[in-house]
Amino acid sequence: MITTIIFGFLALVLVVAGFGVIMARNPVHAAMFLILAFVTSAVLWLLLEAEFLAIVLVLVYVGAVMVLFLFVVMMLDVNVAVSREGFTRYAPLGAIVAGVMVLELLVVMWAVDSGLPITADLASVPSSHSNTREIGMALYGNHVVEFELAAFILLLAIVVAIMLTLRHRPGLKTQDVAAQVKVRRQDRVRIVKIPAETEP
Amino acid sequence: MSNIYLAIILAPLFASMLAGLAGRLIGRAGAHTVTIGAVGASFVMSLLVLRDVLGSEGPAYNETVYTWLVTDGVRMEVGFLIDRLSALMMVVVTFVSLMVHVYTIGYMHDDPGYQRFFSYISLFTFAMLMLVMSNNFMQLFFGWEAVGLVSYLLIGFWYTRPTAIFANMKAFLVNRVGDFGFLLGIATVLAYTGSLDYATVFGQAPALGEQTIEIMTGSPWSVATVACLLLFVGAMGKSAQVPLHVWLPDSMEGPTPISALIHAATMVTAGVFMVARMSPLFEQSEVALTTVLVIGATTALFTGFMGVVANDIKRVVAYSTLSQLGYMTTALGASAYAAGIFHLMTHAFFKALLFLAAGSVIVALHHEQDIRRMGGLRRYMPVTYWTSLVGSLALIGFPGFAGFFSKDALIEAVELSTIPGSGYAAACLLIGVFVTALYSFRMFFLVFHGPERMDEETRHHVHESPWVITLPLVLLAIPSFVIGWFTIGPVLFGGYFGPAIAVTPAHDVLGELGREFHGPGAFLLHGVAGLPVLLSLAGVASAWYAYLHRPSLPDRIRRVLDLPYRVLVNKYYLDDFNEKVLARAARGLGTALWKGGDVGVIDGAIVNGSARLVGWCATVVRRVQSGYLYHYAFAMVIGLSVLLTWALSRS
Amino acid sequence: MITLTHYMTLSAVLFGISVAGIFINRKNVILLLMCVELLLLAVNFNFVALSRFMGDSTGQVFVFFVLTVAAAESAIGLAILVVLFRTRRSINVQDLDVLRG
Repeated sequence: MITTIIFGFLALVLVVAGFGVIMARNPVHAAMFLILAFVTSAVLWLLLEAEFLAIVLVLVYVGAVMVLFLFVVMMLDVNVAVSREGFTRYAPLGAIVAGVMVLELLVVMWAVDSGLPITADLASVPSSHSNTREIGMALYGNHVVEFELAAFILLLAIVVAIMLTLRHRPGLKTQDVAAQVKVRRQDRVRIVKIPAETEP
Repeated sequence: MSNIYLAIILAPLFASMLAGLAGRLIGRAGAHTVTIGAVGASFVMSLLVLRDVLGSEGPAYNETVYTWLVTDGVRMEVGFLIDRLSALMMVVVTFVSLMVHVYTIGYMHDDPGYQRFFSYISLFTFAMLMLVMSNNFMQLFFGWEAVGLVSYLLIGFWYTRPTAIFANMKAFLVNRVGDFGFLLGIATVLAYTGSLDYATVFGQAPALGEQTIEIMTGSPWSVATVACLLLFVGAMGKSAQVPLHVWLPDSMEGPTPISALIHAATMVTAGVFMVARMSPLFEQSEVALTTVLVIGATTALFTGFMGVVANDIKRVVAYSTLSQLGYMTTALGASAYAAGIFHLMTHAFFKALLFLAAGSVIVALHHEQDIRRMGGLRRYMPVTYWTSLVGSLALIGFPGFAGFFSKDALIEAVELSTIPGSGYAAACLLIGVFVTALYSFRMFFLVFHGPERMDEETRHHVHESPWVITLPLVLLAIPSFVIGWFTIGPVLFGGYFGPAIAVTPAHDVLGELGREFHGPGAFLLHGVAGLPVLLSLAGVASAWYAYLHRPSLPDRIRRVLDLPYRVLVNKYYLDDFNEKVLARAARGLGTALWKGGDVGVIDGAIVNGSARLVGWCATVVRRVQSGYLYHYAFAMVIGLSVLLTWALSRS
Repeated sequence: MITLTHYMTLSAVLFGISVAGIFINRKNVILLLMCVELLLLAVNFNFVALSRFMGDSTGQVFVFFVLTVAAAESAIGLAILVVLFRTRRSINVQDLDVLRG
């Protein structure tokens, strides 16, 4: 019973947050609404007893990705007033398109016989069952290759992000370590023979 | 023996190629030597062939030399049929060609296209020999077209003259009309006999007479009639019968030697030869014979009238040729094939002679061709005068000369004939005799007798032509005089042609005439009192009276008979009709097809239109590439929805 | 009781909202990227719900990877955005039409 109320409340908040993202005038507000959506989702996943992913969502998504978003939003000096025109022109069409998609997704659930347990209750698990452990076993056991690939993708992302945005400022003095290491003795030291002078 | 036949045909061809392609190399002397040598050799060999054919009693030589292609049972071959008819034609063609070759040395002496001319006339000799020696329709048609082509080349020999170009196009196009009918005739024969070979076709001739073909539903015609009428259309074009005669007067634009060779003696007689060769077929169809008869007679009379008012010396002889061709055709129509061929032979000699003599006069007067500016040339050009006289007497049928025998026999045969239309034909021919005499001696008197009407300058330079010109005249005058006497017996009544010419007993007028024939002398005496001779003497007398005795008479007559005069001078307005109605319609059709079909549909709609369509499609499709992210995202979303819908509707 | 239906409906609605957001947003590229994040969240939701209701942990493992890729993608996307802003001084989606035909 109480689960239902909580679920209803959270679902409502989530949908409102979603609308907020797309309808906010200020991009910072939109980012905030997105953060709200993520956090609410995390709580909903807790309700589903998928606690590992819930925390990961908060840590990774909110903690890293959204922060990044906020960085960029604030860094880019955008004329806010310009940003919000033309919203009402396309709203009806957008609503229609979205409505069609949602309808179809619902049709999949209700009209098509897909073998999904759509009316069953959630099977309860004993409290000793660890969701984290379960995921860990699956991840490092069956899907190691994908795990490594995911790591590779992240490496790629780092390299690309830096490569795209790095700027060299002219006139800046930096150390060129490779040149320092390449130095030879002859470039730095020159032995000059000077005869010793004797006192007359 | 077959080697001789090949040599006869190929010698002029090689000489022509040599003179044509290597003309500059071998020079003028080289060109005329090689061609005269070749044609001379052909002539000598043709005489040998004639002697051989006269001596042998067996079947004629009918062999295939080369099979070109065989398709669906139809064989297209090169072959020779050497019988009495073709041997006679070969001798005539090579002899006249040889005379013209020698004559050309003098006539075209100053012309820059000397070697080209010799090449063309040798090529013509080759083509004509192919035509007469052939044993199948394919080769006949090849020769037919080839002589038409060479005629085109020669009429327009002086190609920088616009009148010459007009004339050669006219000749070619009118011939083309005839050739169309000819080809349809050959196709009919092929369709109903399955073969192009003479022997096979003639063997089936009676069967063709029985079969019918429905040209229009409900009116069956005999196949033989249809085939013969179509073949005769070809003869009408080539032998210049009314109404396809319009090209011959204009063909006088070409040099005089070719007028003599092609448009008097040989090419124009190809049609007559063809009808005679096709006699087994023509005998099966009375309708065709009547048509031939009527058209020939009409040509004989009405073209003769035009000759009376012509003032160009060559035009007069041209109309005379047209008229005599009409005579030959009439004889063919009356089933007197031998008479027609006989007249063809005598006519070849005296008409070539007349043309060459006209050329001699033209050269002597520095290319003056109007007879109103000639006169009294008798004193200056004796050889030309006497040979012209022989030729003219032969033409009008003066007793004793060659033309008398052939013409009289011809006219009597037509009178005896019972084929429908022969009465009309006989009348036309008789009146034609008077007209022929009138215009020939009008020309003769105006040119050689009477007051001298040329200017001082020319008169001082008038002299007899060199021997290269006068020798052929003499050599042609001899047969014009004597050949009739010697050959009328054997050729017309002695069964000379043998199986080459077939005549059904009902139509055998020459057989009837033969029963009354008692030798040339008797024929001569019988003819002297006959109507044709009287009419021709009356014609000569009228010409003398009008042009020598009372020169003012023609003008007075012209003023009185103004309308007939104008009709004749305008050639019955046929040329105008052809030009204004037929040619304009054809040109209009061409223009319409060009503007409407070619430019409008093909260029505009198909070529340019498809390019425009592609461009228009590209312009429309280009809008998809807007560059806006949200359009692309939208497209993706729409695609996703569609896919989803489709997946859902399938399951 | 809360059944799978509810969770899947919620996920579908979230998906629809973000699709509409992509479409109606014409002015701000950052908003575009945020809508993409929302899209991925909706999908993750679906995965987790189905994984839990069907007792298979593969779904949750997959969410892990989706999360990884989403993070990488947003990092690179923002880097591109920054460079774009440096050259064009505008993040208006309607100005990014260099590839128009």
